[in-house]
Amino acid sequence: MLNTPIIQIDNLLFRWSASHAPCLDLPHLEINAGERIFLHGPSGSGKSTLLGLLGGVLLPERGAIELLGTALTKIDSAARDRFRADHVGFLFQQFNLIPYLSVFDNVLLPCHFSMRRRARTTAGGKRLQDEAKRLLDHLDIEPALRDRPVTQLSVGQQQRVAAARALIGQPEIVIADEPTSSLDADRQKAFLDLLLKECGEVGTTLLFVSHDHRLASSFSREIALQSVNQAPLDAEAA
Amino acid sequence: MRYLFTLAARSAWNRRLTLGMTLIAIALSVTLLLGVERIRHDAREGFAQSVSGTDLIVGARTSPVQLMLYAVFRIGEATNNIRWQTYQAVAGNPAVAWAIPLSLGDSHHGFAVLGTSPSYFDHFHYGQSQPLVFASGKRFEGLFDAVLGAEVAEHLGYRLGDKIVLSHGMGDVGLAEHADKPFVVTGILARTGTPVDRTVHVSLEAIQAIHLDWQGGAPIPGVSIPAQYVRKFDLSPKEITAMLVGLKSRAGVFKMQRYVNEYGAEPLLAVLPGVALSELWQVVGVAERTLLVVSTMVVAVGLCGLVAVILASLNERRRELAILRSVGARPSDVFLLLTTEGLVVTLLGALLGVVLLTVLTVFVGPIAQARYGLVIQPRFVSLDELQLLGAVVSVGLIASLMPGYRAYKLSLADGLTPRI
Repeated sequence: MLNTPIIQIDNLLFRWSASHAPCLDLPHLEINAGERIFLHGPSGSGKSTLLGLLGGVLLPERGAIELLGTALTKIDSAARDRFRADHVGFLFQQFNLIPYLSVFDNVLLPCHFSMRRRARTTAGGKRLQDEAKRLLDHLDIEPALRDRPVTQLSVGQQQRVAAARALIGQPEIVIADEPTSSLDADRQKAFLDLLLKECGEVGTTLLFVSHDHRLASSFSREIALQSVNQAPLDAEAA
Repeated sequence: MRYLFTLAARSAWNRRLTLGMTLIAIALSVTLLLGVERIRHDAREGFAQSVSGTDLIVGARTSPVQLMLYAVFRIGEATNNIRWQTYQAVAGNPAVAWAIPLSLGDSHHGFAVLGTSPSYFDHFHYGQSQPLVFASGKRFEGLFDAVLGAEVAEHLGYRLGDKIVLSHGMGDVGLAEHADKPFVVTGILARTGTPVDRTVHVSLEAIQAIHLDWQGGAPIPGVSIPAQYVRKFDLSPKEITAMLVGLKSRAGVFKMQRYVNEYGAEPLLAVLPGVALSELWQVVGVAERTLLVVSTMVVAVGLCGLVAVILASLNERRRELAILRSVGARPSDVFLLLTTEGLVVTLLGALLGVVLLTVLTVFVGPIAQARYGLVIQPRFVSLDELQLLGAVVSVGLIASLMPGYRAYKLSLADGLTPRI
């Protein structure tokens, strides 16, 4: 699997509507399996749009997006939703958790939408709960925290629970959109280390999006979005 | 799929205060709607059951509805009486099989006193041609004998042999009493669910007797005729309030009606109970429809509240919906999630409404029967009511599509990163 592209984008053009200027114009972008990419870009460089395209909730005007060899532009929206559930774990900036679900139910959420991730979680006769526990252990969520309403967890704790959710069922790709920006510097580093370690253990490809350059050194490759995106910077489409 | 409903339930529980208030609003509106419908239905049923087998109701000339209301339902008062000779003339008509004289005006603790003849117990029918049945005792024979309707006996706790005093006029308090001439309860009728239950029956002669020493609605000062002497007077009735007439052949009803309406000696009115009833429903129908419209509006207000509450919550839930999208939920899942919420709240509201209605009928039913003679039985929802409930839930579903659709559009536009 190593060194075969897990994400491949060719000749991609996206604009919010025909009257808008293009907000993404990517001639080529390739990410290999197992890579840990630091995708850097200031606001307005089209980061969110790119995430939407990779998640299959947006479609480009033209061009190809292939994840794991599947062309997202060639399958219907239901199949894209299923593909996302099966193969991609998402981690957002903040408010990552469903407030009315317990810590465990938040972690196990993808297993209710993806049969594949559920099967991977329970492979070898494991119970869903056990795998959630294992991930929470690895991400330093102490047992005492696990019975609390998620709204009572600190931001850092919430982000680690969300990381467990992104990782459960071993999706091939984890896309993290500024997951550390609401943490202070010390916690940013600790969180990042935990995330990288977990991704490394199962060989998950990590696409880490951030505007904070200081974190770049922990990654295997850095991509500056404004250098690959040929569309002009547009503050509106941040 | 099944997990979506779990999510919907957990999410709703998380917002149980606002949704709960909305649910109560819907429940109350459903109670009102069904209550109006039930009272309407039961009132009609009760009125239709109150008289059976009577071909004509005859009284002094007035409106047909008014005549029927006071003669059968003891509602309102007669403006004029009819003479006893008139009664005899009509009763003696060859077409007439039987006649029941009705003399109203006195009361006992708010219950109407009816002076009548023994033929009442033979010929008066209610419901589906059911005759009056004695629960205990027998008809009045002596002058001061009284036969009580079931509700009178039960409400006032009377048994056979008890002595009761009649009051002059209708009402509950401040009435002059016929205290010098008490009556003895000799019979109690079985329950009929009609105004008969709320009536004290005495003989026409007794009505005459208790008013011997009265004039113009008050005792004549200085004149008192003790009960033991009244039999020495002529107690044959002079006037009655109305009469019920049964014909030998129903075919002759219009001829007989014309005969009565054109009666020369005094102005009379004869009405067919069925015709008078439908006339009554026409009058009451306006009020009924108004009530129904108002209660329908109240339901609409309840459902609007529901939609408003769900729509209002939607903005705070955009993050939540984006998270669900990111783990694989489709926009149609989001649509289902929101629509389910509205539908379930409507369903639960309707259910709670039915429960409330049942509880209310249990508590209010006896009061309505005692005060207004309206029999409202606690029972399971009728087919008509089920249709109303179905309509409420359907409208609730349609209304819930709106937040569902809005969430669907939002989740399409927001994708994974809502702009809040």
